[in-house]
Amino acid sequence: MFFLNQNLQFCFDPLALFFLGVIALVSFPSFLFSAGYLRVHFSRRRSLLAAGLTVFFVLSMAAVVVSANLIFFLFAWEFMSLISYFLVVFEHEHEASVKAGMIYLVMTHIGTAFLLAAFLLMYARAGTWDFEGIRIAVPAFSPTLKNVLFILFFAGFGMKAGIVPLHIWLPYAHPQAPASVSSIMSGAMIKIAIYGILRFIVGMLGLPPAWWGNAILVLAGISCLVGVIYALMEHDIKKLLAYHSVENIGIILLGVGAGMVFWHWGWRVLACAAFAAGLYHTVNHAVFKGLLFLCSGSIHAATGIKDIEKLGGLIKRMPQTAAAFLVGAMAISALPPLSGFVSEWLIFQVFFAALRDATSGGKLFFAGMMACLALTSGLAAACFVKAFGVAFLAMPRSQAAGEAREVTLSMRSAMAFLAALTIALGLGAGLIWKMLCVIAASFLDQPAPVPNDLLGGSWALIRFPGTGASLSTPMILLALCGGAAAIALVVRLRPRRPVVVKGKTWDCGYYQLDHRTEYTATAFSKPFRIAFSFFLMPYRKTEKIRDSFYHVKEFIYETATTPVFKRYLYDPLVAGLLKLAHHAKGFQMGSIHWYLAYIFVTILTLIVVFGRP
Amino acid sequence: MQYSWLLFQALVAVFCAPLLSGFIRKVKNALRMRRGAPLGQPYRNIVKYLAKEEIVSETTSWIFRAAPFVVLGSTIAALMFVPVFSFSFSAAGMGDVLTVFFLFALGRFFLALAGLDAGSAFGGMGSSREMFISSFVEPVAIVTVAVVAAHGWSAESGEMSRHIGTSFSRMVAAAALFMVVLAETSRIPVDNQETHLELTMIHEAMLLEYSGRSLAMLEAAASTKQLIWFSLLGGVLWPWPFGGAMTLTDGIAAMALFGLKMIVGALVVGLTEIGLAKMRLFRVVDFLGLAFLFSVLALVILSLGY
Repeated sequence: MFFLNQNLQFCFDPLALFFLGVIALVSFPSFLFSAGYLRVHFSRRRSLLAAGLTVFFVLSMAAVVVSANLIFFLFAWEFMSLISYFLVVFEHEHEASVKAGMIYLVMTHIGTAFLLAAFLLMYARAGTWDFEGIRIAVPAFSPTLKNVLFILFFAGFGMKAGIVPLHIWLPYAHPQAPASVSSIMSGAMIKIAIYGILRFIVGMLGLPPAWWGNAILVLAGISCLVGVIYALMEHDIKKLLAYHSVENIGIILLGVGAGMVFWHWGWRVLACAAFAAGLYHTVNHAVFKGLLFLCSGSIHAATGIKDIEKLGGLIKRMPQTAAAFLVGAMAISALPPLSGFVSEWLIFQVFFAALRDATSGGKLFFAGMMACLALTSGLAAACFVKAFGVAFLAMPRSQAAGEAREVTLSMRSAMAFLAALTIALGLGAGLIWKMLCVIAASFLDQPAPVPNDLLGGSWALIRFPGTGASLSTPMILLALCGGAAAIALVVRLRPRRPVVVKGKTWDCGYYQLDHRTEYTATAFSKPFRIAFSFFLMPYRKTEKIRDSFYHVKEFIYETATTPVFKRYLYDPLVAGLLKLAHHAKGFQMGSIHWYLAYIFVTILTLIVVFGRP
Repeated sequence: MQYSWLLFQALVAVFCAPLLSGFIRKVKNALRMRRGAPLGQPYRNIVKYLAKEEIVSETTSWIFRAAPFVVLGSTIAALMFVPVFSFSFSAAGMGDVLTVFFLFALGRFFLALAGLDAGSAFGGMGSSREMFISSFVEPVAIVTVAVVAAHGWSAESGEMSRHIGTSFSRMVAAAALFMVVLAETSRIPVDNQETHLELTMIHEAMLLEYSGRSLAMLEAAASTKQLIWFSLLGGVLWPWPFGGAMTLTDGIAAMALFGLKMIVGALVVGLTEIGLAKMRLFRVVDFLGLAFLFSVLALVILSLGY
């Protein structure tokens, strides 16, 4: 039992502490939220079970982050995966939960298999399970072995992070868990995969060849776009948020990939800045995605609905939830001066720097990445206009939405905490940026001093090295408030005191407008569905039900998009696997004579192959 | 000192912006052989709206009331980051041209929400189309700016326009940016400011429920935004070298030059609008795709060293 003989080492280096912080920031409000949320949906016993499982889930994530030993890491990782599986199938009376859990379980174990292979390869060469020992042994590894390790790690952690095309489980699994758990899964668990990539690929394998960073960048760009396009088509609020997780993991990896490319090029300061930008988006996404999932939980608790097409008008009945959701939506759409804006601005600066100093090919490549990110942020803003506008504004589209009540204090305070944190992460950008630069410098090269170029600026000001650009979110806020205040003053200087009259929405003089004439989420996303039809392959079914030739009584309209990855990648794969299993069934005769023959042939082969002196 | 220049610039820009709209209208009418409204008509409209009563739909929430403040406030904030008179007095050390784009995105976000807030299909349609077009505009705008910034200066717009001399890649980038400006200022062939036909309007559809002082604010914001886009285009295509320390003569010369740039810009935009027909919504993607090609072309030319 050699593997039980490990010295159970922990490591509390800056990288581990950062991710511990991220886990804590998301988990604490989620616990607070679940105090109110679980009681709405479950009996007392099941609420306790859910809370207990969540505690162990959080602890296992923390264990992954602080472990300094491959065996310990693997155990904690598996523990984390299994407990999250139990939480996904927590509402096991729903068939969808069980199915989602199955997909999650299979995918996550394929990921673990990649990691296991990588760990065994490392152990075989380094002869130790300790991170420190492996780090010392790695420079002696052959380039081929390093490449193989990179692929294994990237596939293994990419599965957990939900990089396209390995994202397939994410939109099933995250929405099925209770909202407080979805918040931790999306906010913290997929960040553990980012931790893995930083710890093993960046921190352990050393100076990367060019293609590693390029591969990460390309896949990250694809993840951004695919995630946000699917999110636009999705009207289940939790699934929509899950697809945005795919998108945001892509944005984080854009920072990480650019950092690896810069490191390869020898731009140490910019590499450090790029990793810090990736880390900034990591903590931002954890906070605002946690917030948005909690808001979706509030909506679900108040109305029992997840489909935004059946919501509407909630801003009047749930004003605080609406305000919290608005903060999260603005942050994820990268609107100034909130947190998402700062990290996306930083990643754009990273690309600007590349565009200035790279070779021609590099320039074009990074311009492409920049366009990807810009398109993504535009589409994300559109998606959150849709989500907020349809769910919270105008008139309720169902009775449940019309009778919604604001949720309990514990749920509201959890959301308020995360919303305040989102604002703080935006306004305190200068301070946080410096801290993240220190962290990035620590795992890039050990021991490495923080490049001085990164530490210019003050608590309120970021000075980006290389491009010379600077950003001050408090000043932007000041300019915004000043502008709005000036207008408020000016419009008071009117010739005559104007009146504000309540009226009806303009209905062209026909009839009373009601919820059936409102613009729907499907209609809102239709231009996008058509523009991206080459990828989404939408189809629709229309049917007229007639009284007579002249009068159509009802009109049925259905539209859906083709799940490309499922149909053209996973379905054939599963079908092939089943076919293989079908053929392999031939060996399973059920007759003991055949089995004895198998054993005989096996032994004979083994003797022939290995038995030579 | 710098900040008082900044405020002065913002004040002048906001005040002059409706004049630019009026002038473009005048150009278009002259080309159509019409007399048209007087140059000061946009001002008259704003004063009229300010005096009128405001009707607010009862289905709306505070978002609808707040949106005009956010839209105009973010536009004024964006003015702080743009060298309107080609001075270097953009708010140095506060942000760069990306900040301008994201501040516009903030205003647009709230305007699109306000469009949905009244519960009318017009507003929703306008919001949907606005977000659709703007998400394709953003990559073009950012890559174009990056190409200009990649000349060796930062993306701080003051820095960008301080560099004298126009290179070939800058000209191509300006072509891309011109198409962006057409789309962002609701001009033909992307949108049409003059129509209120539900099939064609985009920006106007979002404003349909607004009246009174809110409408006045939104109109002022639209013309200020237009002025910012024009001055960005002017700064990219025709930069003017005014250093940090400026004299009064420098200031007057710069403002005169700025006026000249705006007149040229208005003439070009007026001619374009008269010469083109409005595109179908989905053709706009092709139009902006062409703009994107121009920006990539500018990058290729830049890396060849021109």
